[in-house]
Amino acid sequence: MWEQVKARKSLRQRSINDKIMVALITLSTILVLTPLVIIIGYVVVNGIGALNYDFFTEELGSPTRAMRGQPTGLVHTILGTAVVDLLSLIIAAPIGIGAGIMLSEYPEHKLNPLLRVMNDTLNGMPAILKGLLAFTLIVRPMGTFSGLAGGVALAIVMIPIIARSTESALSNIPWSIREAGLAIGLPRWRVILSTVVPAAKSGMVTGFLIAFARAVGEAAPLLFTSFGNNYLPNHWTGFIFGPVDTLPQRLYSLAISPYKEWHSMGWGAGIVLLGFVIVLFSASRFLYRKRK
Amino acid sequence: MGKNKKKHNKDLVKTPDSWDSSIKMLTKDLSVKYGEVYGVKGVSLPIYNRKVTAFIGPSGCGKSTFLRALNRMHELSKNVTVSGEVLLDGDNIYAQGVNPVVIRRKIGMVFQKPTPFPTMSIFDNVVAGLKLVGIKDKKYLAEVCEKALTQAALFEEVKDRLSSLGGSLSGGQQQRLSIARALAIEPEVLLMDEPTSSLDPISSMKIEELIYQLKEHYAIVIVTHNMQQATRVSDNTAFFYLGELVEYDNTSNIFTNPSDQRTENYISGKFG
Repeated sequence: MWEQVKARKSLRQRSINDKIMVALITLSTILVLTPLVIIIGYVVVNGIGALNYDFFTEELGSPTRAMRGQPTGLVHTILGTAVVDLLSLIIAAPIGIGAGIMLSEYPEHKLNPLLRVMNDTLNGMPAILKGLLAFTLIVRPMGTFSGLAGGVALAIVMIPIIARSTESALSNIPWSIREAGLAIGLPRWRVILSTVVPAAKSGMVTGFLIAFARAVGEAAPLLFTSFGNNYLPNHWTGFIFGPVDTLPQRLYSLAISPYKEWHSMGWGAGIVLLGFVIVLFSASRFLYRKRK
Repeated sequence: MGKNKKKHNKDLVKTPDSWDSSIKMLTKDLSVKYGEVYGVKGVSLPIYNRKVTAFIGPSGCGKSTFLRALNRMHELSKNVTVSGEVLLDGDNIYAQGVNPVVIRRKIGMVFQKPTPFPTMSIFDNVVAGLKLVGIKDKKYLAEVCEKALTQAALFEEVKDRLSSLGGSLSGGQQQRLSIARALAIEPEVLLMDEPTSSLDPISSMKIEELIYQLKEHYAIVIVTHNMQQATRVSDNTAFFYLGELVEYDNTSNIFTNPSDQRTENYISGKFG
């Protein structure tokens, strides 16, 4: 056997092949990492100068503030992002988990195949259409742009991702656990809630964070839902029921504005957004490792 | 495979004419189909109180499928259909309006692989069948836990660490934990699907001793690949082949004087 292997290819030849393959893999790794490094580097270099005390404590106001060197910042944007993203998480988590449980735990249910197709379609749908849906459902009847509408739009972005990640976390739990639960006379919902879901918890949390990080970076669904706002609302409820600023949408507005002071603030907003997403992804990696 | 004696299996089954108190369960013409394929075909057989009934046969012969039909365990699987009757104390468990959850509290099951609930402590694992349906009385739960663990011959080994995770036990201990969990809800019948196949000889021996003790209170059905095990623990043995019940008799008859050529071939190791 060994003689045959040796006859076909010398050890030397195989060792050269091995080195070539390793070199190719290393090259593609570098190619994957390059854009990431360039983006982070470029954003940080351009934006770091905009980050000062005012940036985190003042509202934006009109462009003249920036041009005259008066205090201006993005505190209303950072707070607005937190509110809209939290709203979206509150709306999306129960629906996404429910759909994920249906996909994983009730394979024989009539609605299961339909749900799977629709969930995947929703996942692939352009985010701006999800914004339009939230506009029709929330903004039109309420007669105003609002943080709530933004939260709903982002929730629609998150739901299919949460559903899929919940499904995969649950289906990683051996089927035998469910049978063991049924065998001691537990109803099915009880088996799922008390034995399967707790076992899948860290995988589910990882999935949430990935979905959340994805939604946090979305600008398109917010353009005509939370709309944007240059000022802090008079009352905190204004974050929910009035037009609200969010980082990705503010970044876009600053970038297309004609004022160079605002351009530099846009880079600053980029750093904050990037930092937020990196923290979320790192947290999800950490939880994932802990599970292993 | 030589000459088959070609006795129809119905002649071999000692199906009683009338229900008597020694019978715990009785299947009547029970078939299980996966899609269009029969997993089990037309099996009728009684299971007796306070006896151990062993199911033997080569892989894929339908013995596990049949066992799972006895407490409606296959109902989560797609495309499985069951026909015929399974009587428990004279009542058909497949009758309309019968809740499988109630059936499974009367007919417990232990699986091939130990299946402790991974996030629960040893204590919570044992009393899961009670606690999760709303029984909160701590004193009562502690009593049940101790009794079940003692019955499963595990109490002495774990009594000092009831709060550690069920998964922290060894394989053999986990299997005895699974048995304790099944006993905690005080079933009337215990179904065991190859309970020792993933265990070392010493753990297997403990479980066999356990089966011997448990039959004082329960009707026990055990599926096994190990024919020595069947001779050691069972009173009656059923031999399945290709989804059909070939022969059902008391264990010593099956192993010393089988009436069907296929049984003889199997127990003498000619196939399987």
